[in-house]
Amino acid sequence: MTASPLPALALAPAALAVALIPLSRRRPALREAWSVLAALAQTGLVAALVPAALAGAPLRAEGLALVPGVPLAFAGDALGVLFALVASALWAATTVYSIGYTRALADPAQTRYFACFALCLLATVGLALAANFLTFLLCFELLTVATYPLVVHTGTAEAHRAGRIYLVYTLGGGAALLAAVVGTATLAGRLDFVPGGILRPDAASVPVLRGLVLLAVLGCGVKAALVPLHTWLPVAMVAPTPVSALLHAVAVVKAGVFGLARVAGFVVGPETLAALGADTALAGVAAATVVLGSLAALAQDNLKRLLAFSTISHLSYVVLGVALGTPGAGAGALLHLASHAVLKITLFFCAGALHVTAHVERVSELDGVGRRMPLTMGAFALSGFLLAGLPPGAAFVSKWRLLEGAATASAWAAVGALLLSGLLNLAYVAPIVVRAFGAPASGPRREAPLTLLLPLLATAAAGLLLGLAPDGPVPLLGLAVTAAGAAWGR
Amino acid sequence: MPGGEQLPILPVAVLLTAAVLAPIVGLVAPRATWGLAVLGGGVAAVTALAGALRVVAHGPQRYAVGGWPPPWGIEVVLDPLSAFTAAVVTGVTAVTLLTSGPAVLATGDARAPTFYALALLAEGGLVGLVVSGDLFNVFVFLELAAIASYALVASGGGPALAAAFRYLLLGTVGASFYLLGVGLLYAATGTLNMADLAARLADAARPLVAGGAAFVLVGLAIKMALFPLHAWLPEAYTHAPAPVAALLAPVATKAAAYALARVLLEVLRPEAPPVGALLTAAGSAAILVGGLQALRQTDGRRLLAYSSVSQLGYVALGLGLGTPVALVGAYLQVLAHAVAKAALFVAAGAVAARGGGVRVGALDRAMPRTAACAVAAGLSMVGVPPTGGFFAKWYLLQGALEAAQPLVAAVVLGGSLLAAGYVYRFTERLWVGTATPTAGDPEAPACVLAGLVALAVAVVGVGLGNAVIVERLLLPAARGAAGG
Repeated sequence: MTASPLPALALAPAALAVALIPLSRRRPALREAWSVLAALAQTGLVAALVPAALAGAPLRAEGLALVPGVPLAFAGDALGVLFALVASALWAATTVYSIGYTRALADPAQTRYFACFALCLLATVGLALAANFLTFLLCFELLTVATYPLVVHTGTAEAHRAGRIYLVYTLGGGAALLAAVVGTATLAGRLDFVPGGILRPDAASVPVLRGLVLLAVLGCGVKAALVPLHTWLPVAMVAPTPVSALLHAVAVVKAGVFGLARVAGFVVGPETLAALGADTALAGVAAATVVLGSLAALAQDNLKRLLAFSTISHLSYVVLGVALGTPGAGAGALLHLASHAVLKITLFFCAGALHVTAHVERVSELDGVGRRMPLTMGAFALSGFLLAGLPPGAAFVSKWRLLEGAATASAWAAVGALLLSGLLNLAYVAPIVVRAFGAPASGPRREAPLTLLLPLLATAAAGLLLGLAPDGPVPLLGLAVTAAGAAWGR
Repeated sequence: MPGGEQLPILPVAVLLTAAVLAPIVGLVAPRATWGLAVLGGGVAAVTALAGALRVVAHGPQRYAVGGWPPPWGIEVVLDPLSAFTAAVVTGVTAVTLLTSGPAVLATGDARAPTFYALALLAEGGLVGLVVSGDLFNVFVFLELAAIASYALVASGGGPALAAAFRYLLLGTVGASFYLLGVGLLYAATGTLNMADLAARLADAARPLVAGGAAFVLVGLAIKMALFPLHAWLPEAYTHAPAPVAALLAPVATKAAAYALARVLLEVLRPEAPPVGALLTAAGSAAILVGGLQALRQTDGRRLLAYSSVSQLGYVALGLGLGTPVALVGAYLQVLAHAVAKAALFVAAGAVAARGGGVRVGALDRAMPRTAACAVAAGLSMVGVPPTGGFFAKWYLLQGALEAAQPLVAAVVLGGSLLAAGYVYRFTERLWVGTATPTAGDPEAPACVLAGLVALAVAVVGVGLGNAVIVERLLLPAARGAAGG
């Protein structure tokens, strides 16, 4: 650990944006400029943390004491930087997309929308870089609260209901996580994240430790949409599409998955987890979620709900790798956090472009839409197939490593679940592509506005590039391997 | 600081002097009494804060009124706990006095001087009871504050009269219990000074002490509206005029809770353990029943009143657990809840000023600034970080887990979720539905907004700065009380 203000500075752009956006409410161009600038600055600052993270000597910034002995602290270790980098870069793309989306739909409450978005990203990067469990909890809860106005953004009765369900689940999860954090402080006497964990297997009796792990898994598992805690996610798809894209495919749900990785690798630790038998239990839940999520996706007609169930399945790929707790499976899982983010956000961007341009939201309405919007649907088809794990995409690299790790650990049930889910994934993507391009065009050829099209083409390209060169311009694979090595490689 | 040795008594002296001046000033310039009250409240807050800083720097301050040394004379004590509580009471009241102006002046020139005389008298009584080092003086100030409060609540007329009568009946029962208990303790020990009494307790007759303690604690539990002795509170704070509710609701019960803590933990220490379990149980029940009741309300102010019953349960729960970290939680909850509840009652008052009552959901987008402050305060009630309410619950949870009481921990968390429910009901119209059209700008007047913003900033400030407060004041206070 090297003391440096940089990890805390990485939070500054989003924090400034939260303050500046409401002040610029009468000048929409300036208001949106703040969002774009903040996203780019945040990405740059997080990227500056990469070299130290890869070298295994993360930078660390400490602030005021939150409670005696536990400071507000941020550090740029490989795991945190990986997640922060993905979230920041995709925030930049989503902001451009949001501008096109809200303007096209003449949204009346754009200031609140962009301000809440910035607040969500502040919380996301904060929890990614949090150096102790309390700082993490702080940002985790901030994310819960800041997302609510976005879920109910459209103000319809359906959105209202979705918002209530969202709050019940996430606040309940927050309470469980709070209990887990306080329990950790009581048993371990400290709260900082340490590779390999801070809870010794003999810190308390087995039932007490099991209870603690259960609370932590419940707390993070709600956001990670582990079955049966997943119900809020498909319902929350009533939110505007950019919200679904960034928050419900990347920031919020990955915060839950990321939290599970932190808990498993840096709080409880693989040794204690195994001593409690909690690793097998978690792997079982994750494997079930992988399969059930894919199966449920098959049955959906609403495109966004289909993508939501697909997200539920893919989030648990990561959880599965974390639960297996080997460096190989862990690295694959953490890289999948990035792969799925890039590919799924593209799919959501496409769904939003279809909603804005062709006014279709259901799979059954997609006949011939590929001929009307070839670029959009081309990106959809590409990302959809790459998400299923076809080479040379991003998900292929991460899934391959995950499968390899699972096979090395002789976790054949996990291998089976992953392979089955890949097939199911093809089964729910292929019919969409066939409908879109197979049927004759249902209307005139008209692509989405450029503000929508450019971000989705960029993320689609990134999904392909990440597969071709996982350590290329951005060393995501290197970060994943370093993080997994720190947590599980001892 | 010159005159530093008088600091303990200064806030009380300032407030009572201002209370006497108010009717006199009112003869000449009735509207100026608001300014007088704000000035008096502000000076009291500054002196109380100075006292707290002096305690941090130099340790406890004692002042013998009239130069008569204890145990014969009246002693005023500023130790970490009383200095903290006095600062909370005066600080919050200074803001609520500021925000009360528009509503009070609207009731007419004739009533403003009376209102402010009573308000200052009530606050002076509350602060006086906090700094008293002697059980009988606690009674005197408790009743001073109570009688002024009955009159303030009754000033609403109509249903407020019935509520005030109920408040008066139960308040008098509480005061009588307390006085009876003090009498028994005096009979057992021959002293009224708290420190002296604690020292003599070991040699005193046990039945007398036990009986005296029971009366004292029940009396104070009524005054702090501890479930199931809370019946006066929801009525009083629902029907009281809006500025009265905002003035009294945040601090009146807290001062009584302070007295309970003082007597329980410092005076009766050897007798405490069986009482502790009872207090934790009552606090847990208060959290759950108060929260469930709040969820059912359709009147916004009644919702807030029941939420007070629930939130005070946290204080009792922490006092009952009695470990240093649980006590820190209870004390921090006093501060966090006082600030947050003041903001919510002031916001409710601003909504009431638009006309049409304070139904649940009356807070809407027509008043964005008021609403934003109310949401911040609401998040503290729920215990969302980084607000003060979160950290209060953090310490309470830690106390419960350290004491190996998972059920109590579950109650702390469950109460938080109930709070999420009723705060959501209070604010849900902000997110869905449209603003109710009103003539003109319905946003609260500037002075009310200024107060609200100050309280909202304090909600977060208390959270982020809690470690300093805890280390400098609350932990020393809790360690002293828990005997560690």
